[in-house]
Amino acid sequence: MEAIKTINDQSPILEVCHLSKSFGEHEVLRDIDFKTNYGDVICIIGASGSGKSTLLRCINMLEIPTSGDIFHNSDNIINKLNKVTSYRAKVGMVFQQFNLFNNMTVLENCMIGVTKVLKKDKSYAREVAIKYLEKVGMAPYINAKPHQLSGGQKQRVAIARALAMEPEVLLFDEPTSALDPQMVGEVLTVMSALAKEGMTMIIVTHEMAFARDVSTRTVFMENGVIVEEDTPEVIFNNPKNERTREFLSRFMEH
Amino acid sequence: MTADLPTSFLGWVLYIIQNYGGLFLKGALYTLVLAIIGTAVGCIIGFLVGVVRTIEIVPDTNKVNKILLKFVQWILSFYVEFFRGTPMIVQAMVIYYGSMQLFNIDMSPFSAGLLVVSINTGAYMAETVRGGIEAIDIGQIEGAKAIGMTHFQTMLYIIIPQTLRNIMPQIGNNLIINIKDTSVLNVISVTELYFAGKSASGTYYKYFEVYFIICIMYFIMNLAISKLLRFIEKKMDGPDNYKLVHNDFMSGEITENCSTIKGGKQ
Repeated sequence: MEAIKTINDQSPILEVCHLSKSFGEHEVLRDIDFKTNYGDVICIIGASGSGKSTLLRCINMLEIPTSGDIFHNSDNIINKLNKVTSYRAKVGMVFQQFNLFNNMTVLENCMIGVTKVLKKDKSYAREVAIKYLEKVGMAPYINAKPHQLSGGQKQRVAIARALAMEPEVLLFDEPTSALDPQMVGEVLTVMSALAKEGMTMIIVTHEMAFARDVSTRTVFMENGVIVEEDTPEVIFNNPKNERTREFLSRFMEH
Repeated sequence: MTADLPTSFLGWVLYIIQNYGGLFLKGALYTLVLAIIGTAVGCIIGFLVGVVRTIEIVPDTNKVNKILLKFVQWILSFYVEFFRGTPMIVQAMVIYYGSMQLFNIDMSPFSAGLLVVSINTGAYMAETVRGGIEAIDIGQIEGAKAIGMTHFQTMLYIIIPQTLRNIMPQIGNNLIINIKDTSVLNVISVTELYFAGKSASGTYYKYFEVYFIICIMYFIMNLAISKLLRFIEKKMDGPDNYKLVHNDFMSGEITENCSTIKGGKQ
């Protein structure tokens, strides 16, 4: 595994080229270029409706881009729509609304992908599921059903479910936006720990302090284009683009 | 012989039970078997039809599949509309006599009856299943897609189990309706409970007494089925509470391994 990793370190895990997406007449993303290397923690910030979530959903093909290419380890996945399931198995996703399977317990939620998609046996699946549930602090709740948990707990289970697939990169689509303020912290703590361990992550968020402290690169989007992309130090302290400065000053006032 | 005949209502009821009880029980058994198997087969048909009718045509579906799917969906929607739009009593006549006349298939009244109940229930269940599938939030489908599940796996492990639970009350409704409506199959001489009543009432011309007994028997069957279904629903829901697990399931070495994640920085 180490060997594979060093080879892959040379090329980006994900590379988005000239990606556009329209819903009917409405153009949501315009000519997006964007790279993710191993170990990157990329936070995408911007106002609601700027296309951040759509970009993330295009990356794992929940939305089919109107034009452009997405390369995964130099493989163009746009041309291989029939292989989209095996690609998604390597690119984990955590949603704003958790999207846990309501008919399954916490443990089953984390095992189902490992047994049915990765085709591993049950005992292995149980082992990895518990390992990652412990990591997010949800191991005591393995027998609970999603409706018996709080929002923060659900989101931590959703993170464990994604981690159990041992993905190469993890996408987060506003993971704390549906949570009460006191539950935001528990989810961000888990995400910071993952970032510290070197998990590759792309995070769409409105948590500016988190983006500033945790990301290795910050991307600012507006009206479907990437306005500025740089280290969080530059973006938050000394943005080069006027619009980035404007957005952040409005945000920081609150 | 005539001297032995009872004179009161209650006397007649007991007399009929004594003489025709066995026949009625046999009729009730036929009714139950027809209704239960018919509902079960109808549910399977309903799930298959409902699942196919909810397959979305997405932009990347290829042309041939698109046309094929449209065609199959059109056939299925015709099936649903046709069997919901005609009375079961008429369907029984058409299928029983039609199969003999057109295809020379000599079905027994019982198998013809079972067929009619199954496809009739299937048509109603198809609509119930479609509603049940559409009621599951799209988020869970996306959650399943995001871990790499295929459409088929998502249906099998996520959507259908939840749909089945959600439509249990409707399956119960269908079963109860079928227990009652199999009575129309007497027109093709299926020896179910109503048919047994018809035979008994014809002998003594005691319609009220006979159908009083038959009525009670239908009611008891449906009450029992109704309670049984509630029990099954409770079982499907599982326990209300969950137990927290405190003991260590894992050995220490695995806990240590937690800190390395694939794709990490050195």
